[in-house]
Amino acid sequence: MQDHLSLLLVVIPLVAAPVAAVLPQGRLPWFVALMVTSACATLAGMQLWAVVHDGVISYELGGWAPPWGIEYRIDVVNAFVALIVSGIAAITLPYALLSVEKEIPDHQIPLFYSAFLLCFAGLLGITQTGDIFNLFVFLEISSLSSYALISLGRRRQALTSAYQYLIMGTLGATFFLIGVGLIYAQTGTLNMMDLAERLPGVSGLKTIHTGFAFIMIGFALKLALFPLHLWLPNAYTYAPSVITVFLASTATKVALYVMVRILFTVFPNGFVTATPAADLFVLSGIAGILSASVYAIYQVDVKRLLAYSSVAQIGYMALGIGFASAMGVTAAIIHLFNHALMKGALFMAVGAIIYRIGACRMENIEGLGRQMPWTFGAIVIGGLSLIGVPGTAGFISKWYLVLAALEQQAWISVVVILTGSLLAMVYMGKVIEALYFKPVTETNIVVKEAPMLLLTPTWILVIANIYFGLDAEFTVGVAEHAARALGVVAK
Amino acid sequence: MDFIIGHYNYWIAIFLMMAGFYTVISRGNLVKKIIGLNIFQVSVFLLYISMSTVKGGAPPIITKGIEIYSNPLPHVLILTAIVVGVATTALGLALVVRIKEAYGTIEEDEIHRQDHSL
Repeated sequence: MQDHLSLLLVVIPLVAAPVAAVLPQGRLPWFVALMVTSACATLAGMQLWAVVHDGVISYELGGWAPPWGIEYRIDVVNAFVALIVSGIAAITLPYALLSVEKEIPDHQIPLFYSAFLLCFAGLLGITQTGDIFNLFVFLEISSLSSYALISLGRRRQALTSAYQYLIMGTLGATFFLIGVGLIYAQTGTLNMMDLAERLPGVSGLKTIHTGFAFIMIGFALKLALFPLHLWLPNAYTYAPSVITVFLASTATKVALYVMVRILFTVFPNGFVTATPAADLFVLSGIAGILSASVYAIYQVDVKRLLAYSSVAQIGYMALGIGFASAMGVTAAIIHLFNHALMKGALFMAVGAIIYRIGACRMENIEGLGRQMPWTFGAIVIGGLSLIGVPGTAGFISKWYLVLAALEQQAWISVVVILTGSLLAMVYMGKVIEALYFKPVTETNIVVKEAPMLLLTPTWILVIANIYFGLDAEFTVGVAEHAARALGVVAK
Repeated sequence: MDFIIGHYNYWIAIFLMMAGFYTVISRGNLVKKIIGLNIFQVSVFLLYISMSTVKGGAPPIITKGIEIYSNPLPHVLILTAIVVGVATTALGLALVVRIKEAYGTIEEDEIHRQDHSL
């Protein structure tokens, strides 16, 4: 059991997915998914513990030694990301029960959970694997199931946004495939550690540079890095609430993990700064933070507003990567974790509003803050965390990001980070104004607080936001450890 | 000249890649976009397959008296990628069917118009 930990994490949801599909309608498929995600969260916790205490885990699939066989190689970075993914999934599922029953037709519910588990398995697979082609396969498993999940939204725009995401996502994955092919042609290996050994010898070649560019653009599409983010606002707006929560706090995080893994572990030290990649990350980070935050201010749909805010937050992570320093990558990983917490909480709270009134446009939610005080509280605290007020998790991310920028004497970035916070204050202010300071509309006066089953998971994430804002020892410790494990050298 | 003829397989792959990519970007018909995407993916399959050839190598089936074989690994990888491509096409076309049911059209600009006239 202990030996096969890393593999079980992927195999359990993969096997459970077809099982959930053939179960009868009712609550049984949900229960299976709940059990699977909780089991995976426990296993991922054990895995992180094992990696921190005993060092890197190398699991050989089918007993074939790497680099010939596929290797699952777990260090602190993947163990941490796997824990985030499975933890968020385990918190999302209790929330899913009521929300899904409301938003998805009964006969589709078993298939919904089946696709959810497939997506979950794919995301965990990406984090676990040490083989770059295996990564592509898992990427497609998670992407294909997420296209299907997004298309299940109630409005017909869900179909077109799923289609748009399918086109962009497949282009991204195919770009990645081209990049892998070019690098394979030059090095003859697909194992990440083996690549790390062979690449320094050939890193001056044009083929490698081209392959690198293809991989980066491919994953920038998946990550929704500005200006390749066009699929994200639609997909997040029209997907079922549960899927928005899950994708917003896991899928982009996993894509970011792959980026840092390839930039710092697979490619030799200094490759990022030797190519324009680092500068491009900083540039797209800055542009993303500013323009997406401004876009967010003008949105009238709260879900779309938060989606644009996600694009801005991805900009912060890109900024951290672009600094290419130990501090910068630490900040990016801290923000990866904290952003999962705050966006999870916010999208859950918005999902609770949708559960009650069926919409979340500014004019629909007027005055709801007094009718749904707990949901409103979650939005306020989640919003404060997004802004980066001291005492919330968001503050820790911003603090480390600013420190990393100061270390590089990147004054423009410092100004941009702080401006981003101000803009976040404006758009979250708009939501809070509509919820609390506008008089209650006649249709909203009868609206009751969301059910406990929706509030509890939301508040678990809200409290996590406060807890990790006050006690940052765990996040910062793991993130620093992770930056070291990635092989980022301090400048 | 030798550069062009000697690498003809790569030129074909690049041509298909660009043709597919252009179709995805320029066409407004949702089915045509999927076909473009397909061509784009297939060009990558060709790229992999053609780079697996070893000069003078036999097909990778162990036979007596043959020393040099082509590299079988890219073939296996592409077998997987083909399956992924089929799944993507199937899902994409299924979405197009649903879009046709919901909007009554598969032209992008018409869909756009319907969404914004609401």
